[in-house]
Amino acid sequence: MKQLKSFIQKEFYHIFRDPRTIMVLFFIPIAQLLIFGTVIKNEIQDVHIAIYDQAKDETTLKITNKILSSGYFILDKNLENINDIESIFRKGKVKEVIVFESNFGDKLIKEGKANLQLIADASDPNMARLAISYTSGIINDYVKKMHPNLQMPLQIEPEIRMYFNEEMKSAYMFVPGVMALILMLISAMMTSISITREKELGTMEILLISPLRPSQIIVGKVLPYLLLSVANAFVIVLIGHFVFGVPVLGSFVLLMLETILFITMALCLGIFISTVAKSQMAAMFISMIVLMLPTILLSGFIYPIENMPKVLQVVSHIMPARYFISIVRAIMLKGTGLLFVWKETAVLIGMTLFFIALSVNKFKIRLE
Amino acid sequence: MKNEQIKVSNSPPLEGLGEAMIEIKNISKSYNDIQALKEISLTVEKGELFGLIGPDGAGKTTLMRILMTLLLPDSGEAKMDNLDVVKNFKKIRHIVGYMPGRFSLYQDLSVEENLNFFATVFGTTIEENYDLIRDIYYQIEPFKTRRAGKLSGGMKQKLALSCALIHKPKILILDEPTTGVDAVSRKEFWEMLKSLQQKGITILVSTPYMDEASLCDRVALIQKGVMLDVDSPSRITEKFPRKIIQVHSEEMFRLIQDLRSFPKAESVFAFGQFVHFTGIDDEVEITELDKFLTNRKHTNIIVEEIHPGIEDVFMSMSLPCPLPKRGTEKRLLRKEVKYNARQTTK
Repeated sequence: MKQLKSFIQKEFYHIFRDPRTIMVLFFIPIAQLLIFGTVIKNEIQDVHIAIYDQAKDETTLKITNKILSSGYFILDKNLENINDIESIFRKGKVKEVIVFESNFGDKLIKEGKANLQLIADASDPNMARLAISYTSGIINDYVKKMHPNLQMPLQIEPEIRMYFNEEMKSAYMFVPGVMALILMLISAMMTSISITREKELGTMEILLISPLRPSQIIVGKVLPYLLLSVANAFVIVLIGHFVFGVPVLGSFVLLMLETILFITMALCLGIFISTVAKSQMAAMFISMIVLMLPTILLSGFIYPIENMPKVLQVVSHIMPARYFISIVRAIMLKGTGLLFVWKETAVLIGMTLFFIALSVNKFKIRLE
Repeated sequence: MKNEQIKVSNSPPLEGLGEAMIEIKNISKSYNDIQALKEISLTVEKGELFGLIGPDGAGKTTLMRILMTLLLPDSGEAKMDNLDVVKNFKKIRHIVGYMPGRFSLYQDLSVEENLNFFATVFGTTIEENYDLIRDIYYQIEPFKTRRAGKLSGGMKQKLALSCALIHKPKILILDEPTTGVDAVSRKEFWEMLKSLQQKGITILVSTPYMDEASLCDRVALIQKGVMLDVDSPSRITEKFPRKIIQVHSEEMFRLIQDLRSFPKAESVFAFGQFVHFTGIDDEVEITELDKFLTNRKHTNIIVEEIHPGIEDVFMSMSLPCPLPKRGTEKRLLRKEVKYNARQTTK
């Protein structure tokens, strides 16, 4: 026990005396969270538009006002000529142009039908689709309110509610994802690097010939990073809550317990990597390429798993982050309890045990 | 039990003699295609200061790692204090102190933290075994708050030795402890080893430096995984049958070239300021060589017969004999090839 304590103390010295480790452990997670939080967006804000109003009557002015006061759009220019549309798109700033036909208001009242064209810059298709659907939503809403007796071209209008994320805030999406990513990366990468560093510096040779048992070495390596990662997870949830307004509807204790489980899994994975990698460089590459990219791409962090090709859907089952992300989303956003996430939890426990067994088994008591 | 290669009767009387502390029997080890050790056998007595002498790549580190239970031998067996290195590796790890070839302490921990860490890991404290390390540690104690990475080479080595000794080992294994250390520290280090030997610790030390060999009680000469000889340093040189002539002149390089073209030359190697010359037989006279060199317009010529050193023995042993008498043009300076003497005969 005394040996283990002294080992853990030594490990903390390593961490706190290496500025790079401190950077990776404490600043990168926060920076990543803030960067992901502001960059990845599925909502629109301040989209620049132009309007080519050929009617300039009461109705089109009202619709224009309504669109501009929604907060999503900024009017860049009123166009006077049909040819201006193309040139303004070429400039790149304007993402959408709204074209009203002449006598828009009259036709709407007399014929019950008027034409309006929405043109969007689809070089960013995601943005274009969002802008179009926001605009048509606003217009339909207005027309219906002003002329309740009118029959809209679309008789059936689905009313959409975005459950659990009513405002479609992407922060809700990425906070659990970033949490999984950061914890995975820090835990697995830092442990694997710290063990391979001992191999590289030759201190492993001394540790091996000491009476320390492999399990003591492993626990001594894992425990400090477990504590620091839990602190990290805590900070991520706090930032998510206070900076991005992501709620924690479910039990905070359960969330933290699940987080500890996931971290332990990642740490054991890190030890497994260190038994395979011969140098710090190799350990870092394996952690980065084998863990980070699939975690981003295949875990449902950014791209929904349901939209992936069948093969990748199958592959995503072996991504631990996939389970963790759905657990965190369930607890934070839906407020569900263990009853609804026990399957994912069981998978994570299984993976943890698997990696513990594997790394204890593969941990070499000799140099070969 | 004793291997025939070890001439026990020839070794000088030693204190505490008779009890084998390290027994190595027919150990072989290969890495892929390269055979690092071939049927090595030797015995180190209790309380002995035993040297493994050989160039880089001779297999010294491999042998030590097998003894330290860090590697498994392909065949053969080895015992440390009657404990088998394969079966009883856990027990061995308690009784052996080990200093690997390169500095293997934590560079970002201070002197004191390193020592404390290793003491605790080995289940002891600095205070408990302070007596043993006092003579070594007191020299670095003024710097105990300094990070190990910021110590000088000599101090690092003292710290490493202190850490290896902190659990009061019966056997101390040191892998090239003086490589890359200045001459003064080397001398000090060997004095420390001598005083540890006085305290009854059996020491196995490897070194590529031949001058250190004479400081050991007995040495084993190893080359390319093969043991060439085991004996006391003085006996090894006494047994050397050949006459060595030491030659010096102003122009070192031309001197070597000329000596090699001397018809009766067998081997010519540079040894620092001098060239060691061995003739095809011991009939070569000093005057003969002197005359030959004077004719070749060398200046400040010194030619004298000397007692062979360990290095001479080593050089001659590692050469496949008999040497070809011609084809000397491809021979290289010894300094350049660092004992890799076989190349000289290509």
